[in-house]
Amino acid sequence: MGRSTGYAAATAERVPRQGRGVTVLGWIAFLGLAGAQVVAFNLSAPDRDMGHLQKIMYVHVPAAWIAFLSFFFVFVVSSIYLWRRDWRHDLLAAAAAEVGVVLTALTLALGMIWARPTWGVWWTWDPRLTTTAIMLVIYAGYMALRGFVEDPERRGVWSAAVGILAFLNVPVVYMSVRWWRSIHQVQSSPSTIDPEYVLGLRLNAVAFLLVALYFLLRRYHAARLEVLAAARLEEDALTGEEAHV
Amino acid sequence: MMSPKEVAGRALAVAWKDLTAEWRTRATFNAVVALAVVMLLLFGFALGPETEALQRAAAGIIWLTILFSGVLSFNRSYQIELDNGALETLLLYPGSRKAIFLGKFLANLVFVLLVEALLVPLAAILYDLPLVRALPGLILVSVLGTFGFVVLGTLYAAMASRVRAREVLLPLLLFPMLVPVLVAAVAATAAVLVGDPMGDAGSWIRLLVVFDLIFGIASFFAFEYVIEE
Amino acid sequence: MRNVTTPTGERESAVESAGPIVELSGIARKFGDRWALRGVDLSVGPGEGVALLGRNGGGKTTLLRIIATLLRPSRGGGRIFGYDLVREAASIRGEIGLLGHTPGLYGDLTAAENLRFALRMSGQPVSMDRIREALAKVSLEGFADERTRGFSAGMQRRVALARLLLLRPRLVLLDEPYAAFDAAGIELINSYLREHLAQGGAAVVATHDLARARGVLGRVVELKGGRASIRDDSVGADPGGEGGAEPLTRTGAAPSPARERVG
Repeated sequence: MGRSTGYAAATAERVPRQGRGVTVLGWIAFLGLAGAQVVAFNLSAPDRDMGHLQKIMYVHVPAAWIAFLSFFFVFVVSSIYLWRRDWRHDLLAAAAAEVGVVLTALTLALGMIWARPTWGVWWTWDPRLTTTAIMLVIYAGYMALRGFVEDPERRGVWSAAVGILAFLNVPVVYMSVRWWRSIHQVQSSPSTIDPEYVLGLRLNAVAFLLVALYFLLRRYHAARLEVLAAARLEEDALTGEEAHV
Repeated sequence: MMSPKEVAGRALAVAWKDLTAEWRTRATFNAVVALAVVMLLLFGFALGPETEALQRAAAGIIWLTILFSGVLSFNRSYQIELDNGALETLLLYPGSRKAIFLGKFLANLVFVLLVEALLVPLAAILYDLPLVRALPGLILVSVLGTFGFVVLGTLYAAMASRVRAREVLLPLLLFPMLVPVLVAAVAATAAVLVGDPMGDAGSWIRLLVVFDLIFGIASFFAFEYVIEE
Repeated sequence: MRNVTTPTGERESAVESAGPIVELSGIARKFGDRWALRGVDLSVGPGEGVALLGRNGGGKTTLLRIIATLLRPSRGGGRIFGYDLVREAASIRGEIGLLGHTPGLYGDLTAAENLRFALRMSGQPVSMDRIREALAKVSLEGFADERTRGFSAGMQRRVALARLLLLRPRLVLLDEPYAAFDAAGIELINSYLREHLAQGGAAVVATHDLARARGVLGRVVELKGGRASIRDDSVGADPGGEGGAEPLTRTGAAPSPARERVG
């Protein structure tokens, strides 16, 4: 009666092996990340005002970009899940949300580390930083929701709805915070980036993308194994009685 | 396929049912209003007693009070369905779930607006605000801001009301999403209260309209996915 | 196979349905870790009343809810009124009535208001006459304007039954209808079922008390261990006996010819 892709279909899957490709990806990603720092450091002179501190931007900004990309990915995969109800898409979306949350937290931490020596305060209500903080809480809510819902199908559907709405809010939140700041004409953190920084930023962006991808694949695979293991146990319980007939 | 008229008819039936059931006891309404009054007083204590400080903070106080007290009404809207097993019966009627969403949204909207109708005059008294002069603007901002609040609240409560720790989960899910509403409604209210010398209120009102459109539509379509068992 | 609403608000079958009303194949449903149903086949035709036997927690309610399209099966599928159970669920609703464990009433509304709400939601014209008539049939005509919160469990059940009388779904699913009912209430249910089946409707009644359904329901299906088997007696043999239980479950395979014989 139609191919079932709900969670109960998990038993039909062979146990997949994650190929060596992912391990290679991991090596490339982390080496790339390290390499990008070396290049970035040497590429540009210390900022005239802030010395080497400005180089935090090399990591802070790409982390933000890739976090944003992760949440976009959650948005897309959640939409597909609502359409096709394939349990693997649900796990993929959840994995991407986790990666996004971690990167977002990293972005915020680095932003605060930068802000302290620069502005003398740990936090500025800078539009981008503030939007990032709000996104952190929104997706933390996404994870909390998943934690509270036990039935996997329902969890998938509800997370998908929340994941879609959350991403729709990103531009709106950003706009509102930006206008909110501008009422009081407060200086925001510099948005202009010196051209010599661009290469370093791009290298780091690519490296972060690879790192995020690596974590995503590992996390997704782990989640899939969990589901398959549970399904195997249940399949045995389900068909166990068949033997007696 | 249901015609819009049929959808509207069912939505009104749901709204009528929710509001009538609530009106008969007014239990939730009284509790929410009482909490709102307490919050207004507490804010007064926390930020006052200088009237000037309170006046400057008034818009923020009002909207925070609306959010924290209003959020209590959303779970209740589903509680009456869950308590009696009425949700099953409700889901079995033919026709679109969208009608159920519209009906519940409408009932929640009326509920929260009624609470505000009591709250804002009280705030005007406590914080010495020019209520009468600012009234048209206040009503407009109120309605637009409450719309966004209630539309997301109605959707999220459809989920939160059916899991453990619903009192915490609903605000946790809902409030971060409402940041644009809070920011815009507070800014617009503040502007309106001082007579809006810079014509600021207009752009904030536009932001509220955009938010209401995006999330009104998104919630409208998302509801039938989340209301299923 | 569609019901039409004539100008007087009566509903009648436009076409006498020839095929089965309910056809289920391999229905399985999992809750978290536990399989509540492990592969159930069921077929119910017009005029047929099936008693669904089984102990509490044995999956009867789950099966009824799946038929009602309130729950999706984890495996398997079926057709109700010819519509696919999962993909065309929206077309099925409205022809199904479910009388569940809880009566599903709004306590702060009166009995009449509850019924009025039901009529409006199912798109039928609201007629206070019909509402009072339905309440009279369940002996509650004096309570039309009382809030249902004050009703006893039996009275609430009767209001729910009155709702069924008003909505007249072609497939009726009753979950332990005899519980919380006195002898008069039980007779109400049974006479409703007799009339409903005589008019070509179908019914699946979950109960662990077969004696009550005596003479009303023609077939008994027992749910045991999440699987269904036919009792090859009709209602009349002792409810405790195990004799002649025949497994209906063939995971994935075609329905057994033996089932056709009994049905």
